[in-house]
Amino acid sequence: MKSKSFERIDKRKFDEIRPMKAKVGVVPNADGSALFQFGETVAIAAVYGPKKMHPQHLQNPEKGTLRCNYSMMSFSVAERIRPGPTRRSTEISKIIQWALEPVLLIEKYSNTVIDVHINILQANASTRCAAINAAAMALAHAGIPMKDIVSSVSIGKLDKQLVVDVNKYEEDWEDGEGATDIPMSFTGSGEITHIQLDGKISIEELKEAIELGRKAVKKIYGVQKKALKEVINCENGNEQTN
Amino acid sequence: MNKRKAVIPGEVIKEDENSLPGEWTEKKGNKIIALRYGLAEEVGRLIKVIPLSGPYQPRKGNIVIGQVELITFNGWIIDIRTFENAFLPLSEIPRYINKESMEDILDIGDTVIAKVRNVGKRGVELSLKSRGLGRVEEGIIFKINSNKVPRVIGKEGSMINLIKKNTECDIIVGQNGFIWVKGDSIEKELLAKKAIMFVAEKSHITGLTEEIIKWFEKEENEK
Repeated sequence: MKSKSFERIDKRKFDEIRPMKAKVGVVPNADGSALFQFGETVAIAAVYGPKKMHPQHLQNPEKGTLRCNYSMMSFSVAERIRPGPTRRSTEISKIIQWALEPVLLIEKYSNTVIDVHINILQANASTRCAAINAAAMALAHAGIPMKDIVSSVSIGKLDKQLVVDVNKYEEDWEDGEGATDIPMSFTGSGEITHIQLDGKISIEELKEAIELGRKAVKKIYGVQKKALKEVINCENGNEQTN
Repeated sequence: MNKRKAVIPGEVIKEDENSLPGEWTEKKGNKIIALRYGLAEEVGRLIKVIPLSGPYQPRKGNIVIGQVELITFNGWIIDIRTFENAFLPLSEIPRYINKESMEDILDIGDTVIAKVRNVGKRGVELSLKSRGLGRVEEGIIFKINSNKVPRVIGKEGSMINLIKKNTECDIIVGQNGFIWVKGDSIEKELLAKKAIMFVAEKSHITGLTEEIIKWFEKEENEK
């Protein structure tokens, strides 16, 4: 972390996350659903299952399967995105699956699949982090047994300055060393389930970035927790007061 | 009533050396951690999480309602809307069956009321050897969230008996969320369905029994 006087385009502090919003139960038809928002980046996730896996040759008799499907809405960015799977969305789907799998307790659900559909309604960088946050909440909401909740944040290095939760402008940073984007996910107890790195960074700086991420993720975890509990407390208002 | 609080997976419910982990919790050191989203409840030393959502977990002795999915050489595969296949073996039919004409007893697509005989590594085993079990011939069937079934039944069946009395219908509640209703007229059956849906929706209210009595009075007046 170099200068403390570094100014970001949206006047945020270097360790400040964009205003977050989380909501559970946004898709009534699904078994579990959630919305997660980082500023202008909005992701919704819907969970269906566990249900029988089809085709049969994909069934795993040892444990259940998690299947994520990430996609960006065609109107999520200024330049229209052609709908349908792309190289990028397939890759991110897999990344999200790997980020969430370690916390799921789905050994008993053999031969079944849990489908997680994630859509990005609006994108301003850090979409995979918003997607992971929404998906983790949706899985919990669907009643899937889990060890913990996953929260994700992206750390950026703009020239020599580390920042939390990069936006599109910062992602395209070109001055000095350019931009390095490090999305990472942690469980509530602080274990890393996913980390990616796009750019270049020294080992020391990476360690610093991870610590910065660990700190930032606590706030995200708080937001997720609050949103999940709100639904129960709202529904069970009477039970709570008695 | 015991105090319940909302918990999320991974949350520490209580830090106490003497507490015991119940359903959907685990003990790490002296911390009791929730493994599922729902309400944590403390009964004596035991702490458990009551899930509010999620798939139906078959248990021995449960009454379930399902559809016949497949006929095999020694039984039927029944879809009870859970993550496991349920198997109904020929030997669990309380009468003689000709193996050549198994579809006469239960055909693919038939709805059947059965009892869970065993839950093992190989899946769920069903039985028809009890009173009131067998193929559904008449009446209506609908589904509710299986986590709300205990509220629909009520303490020792108080809620369901109340609904039965008020609607003059025969009702069987499957633990997997399917409910079978049979009355003299379709109006009565629909009233029973409406009442059960009301209970399932308002399952969190304390004093739900009084609420449903009021609801029946209101329904009666509207007629």
